[in-house]
Amino acid sequence: MKYEATIGLETHVMQKTNTKMFCSCKCEYGAEPNIHVCPVCLGYPGALPVMNEKAIELCCKAGMLLGCEINPYSKWDRKNYFYPDMAKNYQITQADEPLCLGGQVTVEVEGEMKTFTLERIHQEENAAKNTHIAGASLVDYNRAGTALMEIVSNPCMSSAADALAYMAAVKQIMQYGGISNCDQEKGQMRSDVNVSVRPVGQKELGSKVEIKNMNSFAFIKEAIEYEIDRQTALIESGGSVVQETRGYDPDRGETFTQRTKENAHDYRYFPEPDLMPVKVAAEQLEQWRSELPEMPAPRRDRYVAELGLPEYDAGVLTADKATADWFERAMLHTKNAKAVSNFIMGEMMRLLSEQDMIISESKVTPEKLAEIIALIDAKTISTGAGKQVFEAIFNEGGEPKAIIEAKGLAQVSDDSALDGWADEAIANNPKPVEEYKAGNAASINFLMGQVMKASRGKANPGAVMQMLKQKLDA
Amino acid sequence: MADLHKLTISELTEQLASGTCTSVDIVNDVLASIDATDGKVGAYLTIDREDALAQAKAADEARAAGSQLPMLGIPVAIKDLLNVKGQPCTCSSKILEGYIAPYDATVIAKLREAGAVLLGRVNMDEFAMGSSTENAALGKTSNPWNLDHVPGGSSGGSAACVAADEAIASLGSDTGGSIRQPAAFCGCVGVKPTYGRVSRYGLTAFASSLDQIGPLTKTVKDSAILLEVLCGHDKMDSSSIEMDVPAFAKNLSNGTSLAGMKLGLPKEYFVVGMDPEVEQSVRDAVEHCKSLGAEIIDVSLPNAKYAIAVYYIIATAEASANLARFDGIRYGMRIDGKDPIELYGKTRAAGFGSEVKRRIILGTYVLSSGYYDAYYLRAQKVRTLIRDDFTEAFKQCDAILSPVTPTPAYKLGEKSDDPLKMYLDDILTTPINLAGNCALSLPCGFASNGMPIGLQIIGDAFQEETILKVGHAFEQTTEWHKKRPSL
Ligand SMILES: [Zn+2]
Repeated sequence: MKYEATIGLETHVMQKTNTKMFCSCKCEYGAEPNIHVCPVCLGYPGALPVMNEKAIELCCKAGMLLGCEINPYSKWDRKNYFYPDMAKNYQITQADEPLCLGGQVTVEVEGEMKTFTLERIHQEENAAKNTHIAGASLVDYNRAGTALMEIVSNPCMSSAADALAYMAAVKQIMQYGGISNCDQEKGQMRSDVNVSVRPVGQKELGSKVEIKNMNSFAFIKEAIEYEIDRQTALIESGGSVVQETRGYDPDRGETFTQRTKENAHDYRYFPEPDLMPVKVAAEQLEQWRSELPEMPAPRRDRYVAELGLPEYDAGVLTADKATADWFERAMLHTKNAKAVSNFIMGEMMRLLSEQDMIISESKVTPEKLAEIIALIDAKTISTGAGKQVFEAIFNEGGEPKAIIEAKGLAQVSDDSALDGWADEAIANNPKPVEEYKAGNAASINFLMGQVMKASRGKANPGAVMQMLKQKLDA
Repeated sequence: MADLHKLTISELTEQLASGTCTSVDIVNDVLASIDATDGKVGAYLTIDREDALAQAKAADEARAAGSQLPMLGIPVAIKDLLNVKGQPCTCSSKILEGYIAPYDATVIAKLREAGAVLLGRVNMDEFAMGSSTENAALGKTSNPWNLDHVPGGSSGGSAACVAADEAIASLGSDTGGSIRQPAAFCGCVGVKPTYGRVSRYGLTAFASSLDQIGPLTKTVKDSAILLEVLCGHDKMDSSSIEMDVPAFAKNLSNGTSLAGMKLGLPKEYFVVGMDPEVEQSVRDAVEHCKSLGAEIIDVSLPNAKYAIAVYYIIATAEASANLARFDGIRYGMRIDGKDPIELYGKTRAAGFGSEVKRRIILGTYVLSSGYYDAYYLRAQKVRTLIRDDFTEAFKQCDAILSPVTPTPAYKLGEKSDDPLKMYLDDILTTPINLAGNCALSLPCGFASNGMPIGLQIIGDAFQEETILKVGHAFEQTTEWHKKRPSL
């Protein structure tokens, strides 16, 4: 018998707000523990939550970017559970009236375009960070109460590849929209994954297993694949899958039981009496909609259609918003899109990765790159010299023209200098000369290389070729 | 001793303004009164004398410099569930022993801005859960009119200290009657403002959708003065309403006529089992209002009979979550365990009293999966019906008159082992909290055993001015509020 898996994701995304969801404490990753705290986020007696409107804006914008319907009336609920990571021992969240409803993500998975649908997005508050040491647990409440969205997909995926493509797309859209940095290492994007397996053709879904709280794509992939295999083997051997919550142990590459259905929490949701329902006015939604940035897919299509870039280039440039924005700033100063693209994909990305930097930190500004390209196009410098100028500015800063002068990188088209280098190359390399004369046209490239070398890259390649041919064909 | 502690806010403010006394004099008199009688009454949990006198001195200096703040130099006692920076805030619970509040509740900040002297912290039922202050873990409070009787609750200390002239005024909180009922039992005036009028920020929550802070005073006029200071929008409390605060005190005319005013009498509020002396006093009070020119009409609050059931579902549900934070992790009592769950269990088992535990368990139950619809959801629907009753009634009248409690203050221990019996005493006060409107309690007579009887004047939402006006007219033309207990 053949089996198929059904997968759904609950993805938690920490929003980019300056302050926490229900108090005015600052959001800062990596700060000294327990300095960004107050009576509200520490759950002191008498403290009350006040809604962060920026978080609501970001959640609505996330919903718009993911094609959700924005709920004109949403409300807050308390989710009750006892754990030291939740100061009040209840979490303020949205149970039956979330901020965003429906939605979808269309993404390419292994060459095929697929659309994954969403159930909802709701707003909630983050938990504190627990660290377990020998004999004690330490709680850092800096993260407690920060704004957290939960993006809930429908059970509409069938493989780890689907889930990863979906998550990558969501991540890209969140980053593009300025909703979240989605830095998984900082816990800004975490997913719970629901996996079930059923025989192909069976209508009802198999028993659902939830794998909790994973932040790495690699672990999510491993956990899903492990879980599909485990459940399939179980059913094939005549057993049945138990509905439960499992964790993933990356060291052993296995999932393990955390909580069975019988021991499942009863969260006793009820409406949060300390907060009023959220009603976002239609005009406000329109305002926010008008502020949304262009998303990667339409941007990619535009680069191909309007700028004539290859699909590959357009994909690389739009992979993250900062790069695409940088590219477009350069395009304000040049018409040579392919040259800009080549520099970004080549020199820029190499140097950024070598020096572990991000594009906004580059000393080569979009304006300076446009200037370098203009100098190449005007044949003032060769492409190779252009790359040297780029690297010099990247490392040291400075102006392209000054660097060309200082390093003597201007192209030489002057006949007398070329004449000397050409004669020298011909005299020193009798063998290629002979071969060329015998009809092997390609041999001239070796001589050409010698001239370029002698000129330290400054010779104008067109002029060199012309001069060599002149001399050899004579 | 100049007996300044026996005076009212308005009387003392006149004396302070004319220079015949100072705030330090007042505080000294009040402290002396506490020394003389609080051993018997037991209203106070903590008093910081030095701090109170320092505040009084500062108030006197401010007055000398020209300040005329509304509460300048007047000492006020604080119910022990309001956070005052640097002071304990135990809610009369062992679980909060050792907790020192790191911030001021909004009403405390407002009192400070108005120049009041924060005098000390008074006893209450643990976490405001109770009607007799017998559920207090950290003190025992008696009714100043008869020390064998309960002061009412949960703001029992707040009412007892005012009635015993151990404070000029006090703050209480009212979730199901916790200001009005002890005011009635102790023969003073108490106001439960409209939900949203007074910020709850810094009030240790019992039931968030019902709690309101309000004044307990010797006269209606004093309540008006204090209420005006307490009211107003607060951005720290999302349930507080953005609405101008009327000049409650100034708008109280000296006229005693109620001509043109329609007062409703709800037939459902004169319940079977009501003490005949209470019923008679209230009916006499109604006649008195009629004699002042009010038209008395019958109104109906048909769903009031469900109020107790609804109240004990909604209040306990909210409380079960509100009190979850008292877990021994961040402040207060902690009894260690092998893991957090055991720590919680041990701490909460030792820290909470039995009434608090009973309500947490009840609240947890009504929210549990499988029971939520039958209890909590249904209670919310009936709550709407109760609110609709008042809306209908206030289409016909300006205010509603009723008893506050079915009986006068009963004896200590009389009902403490029968929670259900005690819950039923809230029948006349809880509907107002559920509906969210306002009400005040003021003295309207005495039972033959000498215990005070209270009249409840219920107003529509944000109609505090109306009930203060009726109460003031009643008070101006009666003598009940002038009687003091002999201690
Ligand atoms: Zn905070």
